[in-house]
Amino acid sequence: MDPIKESLLKTSRKAKQEKFGKLVTFLCILLIMVMVVAIILFVSLKGMATFVVNHVSPFDFFFGVNWNPSAKPPQVGALPMFLGSFIVTILAALIATPFAIGAATFMTEIAPRTGKKILQPVMELLVGIPSVVYGFVGLAVFVPITRHLFGGSGFGIFTATLVLFLMVLPTITSMTTDALNSVPRNYRESSLALGATQFQTIYKVVWRAATPGIMTAVVFGMSRAFGEALAVQMVIGNAALMPTSLTSPAATLTSILTMGIGNSVSGTLENNAIWSLALLLLLMSLVFNSLVRWIGKRSSLK
Amino acid sequence: MALIKTTNLNLYYGKFEALHSISIEFEKHQISALIGPSGCGKSTYLRTLNRMNDLIPNVTITGKTIIGNTDIYAPNTDVTKLRKKVGMVFQQPNPFPFSIYENVVYGLKLAGLKDKEKLSEICEQSLKEAAVWDDVKDKLNDSALGLSGGQQQRVCIARVLAVKPEIILLDEPTSALDPISTNKIEDTLLKMKEHYTMIMVTHNMHQASRIADMTAFFLQGKLIEFDKTSKMFLNPQKKETQDYISGRFG
Ligand SMILES: Nc1ncnc2c1ncn2[C@@H]1O[C@H](COP(=O)(O)OP(=O)(O)O)[C@@H](O)[C@H]1O
Ligand SMILES: [Mg+2]
Repeated sequence: MDPIKESLLKTSRKAKQEKFGKLVTFLCILLIMVMVVAIILFVSLKGMATFVVNHVSPFDFFFGVNWNPSAKPPQVGALPMFLGSFIVTILAALIATPFAIGAATFMTEIAPRTGKKILQPVMELLVGIPSVVYGFVGLAVFVPITRHLFGGSGFGIFTATLVLFLMVLPTITSMTTDALNSVPRNYRESSLALGATQFQTIYKVVWRAATPGIMTAVVFGMSRAFGEALAVQMVIGNAALMPTSLTSPAATLTSILTMGIGNSVSGTLENNAIWSLALLLLLMSLVFNSLVRWIGKRSSLK
Repeated sequence: MALIKTTNLNLYYGKFEALHSISIEFEKHQISALIGPSGCGKSTYLRTLNRMNDLIPNVTITGKTIIGNTDIYAPNTDVTKLRKKVGMVFQQPNPFPFSIYENVVYGLKLAGLKDKEKLSEICEQSLKEAAVWDDVKDKLNDSALGLSGGQQQRVCIARVLAVKPEIILLDEPTSALDPISTNKIEDTLLKMKEHYTMIMVTHNMHQASRIADMTAFFLQGKLIEFDKTSKMFLNPQKKETQDYISGRFG
């Protein structure tokens, strides 16, 4: 065989390198996939044990109002924590959203230069502050203030809401800023050219065109609030009772989870019930994720 | 008397003098074309007439512009009122991401008009005037972004017409469109001439000759020549105009 033909028939070095590169990237993605599937499987199996092994009825789990897995007989009603999580999340989002929209509007529409140069980096810095710091601020500042204003211990949903509000505000503001910035300039120009004031342009055109983006920001903030454990645990009081007032101690899924997981023995109902809470949390974060994707998809169709 | 009268207008972007001592007058119910090579200041001049340059930081304007009897740069001018009187159509069709109906009535709602019947009536009338009614009458509640470029541009024209301006500024309104849509828009503009005074920037010399009564030639921030369109194209007085029209530069 002549050398040219031979070299054409053999796989070249470059082709080998290409194959190798593809293999490496494939392995990386495989690792991530395996991890995701493994986590979901593991949490599901552990979480289902409460129902399969310990024969707790799912109805009692979802709608039971008493949480006391170590009592005789054990009570594993997750409703108080589920409600607790929902209430703090929704309240925090409700308070944070108007502030976030206001701040983002200031940064993009009213003072875009200062916004870009100073405020945006500050917001991004705030997003990165570890949650324990927010929890600590809550503990040192909000708990005493709440105690002073409303009596009681100062721990509870109200204080947790304030801490979460602080935590998600930068996230929602930052994402809302991006949403407002991505509204095309010519929408603003044509609105002004039709005789609109800047304020009319903002609320009739800019906010409206950015609504899907703002909604994504809010849901994202909510999913962060829903999943936050540490900061909430520090200020909510961790009493797994049906929430009856905003200022009495309550609990969230995450706070009971972090409190309970170290204090129970693997394989017991106590431990399994906590895994069930984790499963519930995982399902909720899937819901939030799908919500974000759904909003994104619906707005890109237009 | 002329409807629009600019005298000795200079415009600076920072230190850069984009317009140099422009003096020009436009008559009522005529179409005037502004032609000239890219960057000569056509858009800049056009945007002085509805004060859109106010939005750009560091713009300084000297000289006088009178529309009707009012000096539009007088300190007490209500710019929003001016912009309702002097509408503008942009180069890129830029409807809002709302329904066609909401696009057209946008300006009316700004003015506080709430009567549904009245809004629908003006909407229909404006879309008819902009010659796009037949295209959209069955889908007024659909998003305007679903229309073709030409239809979008005519909806934008309807949106301007709805607020009943006296003057309409058009900045290369057909340069983003195909020839058929361009023809339709030109026909529309010719029909609108009865009721409106229009000033149009165009890159297209044929377009100027087809629809403009008057043509102004700009070069490097200066107004070189302004005359009847036929005269500008057949017998221009200035050498620069002649060169540009015969395609020697630009
Ligand atoms: N916002 C701006 N800032 C600074 N310079 C500008 C701005 N807009 C336009 N110019 C300059 O002013 C000149 C005229 O621009 P323009 O009016 O857009 O020209 P035309 O519309 O005739 O193509 C150009 O040299 C351009 O670079
Ligand atoms: Mg231009």
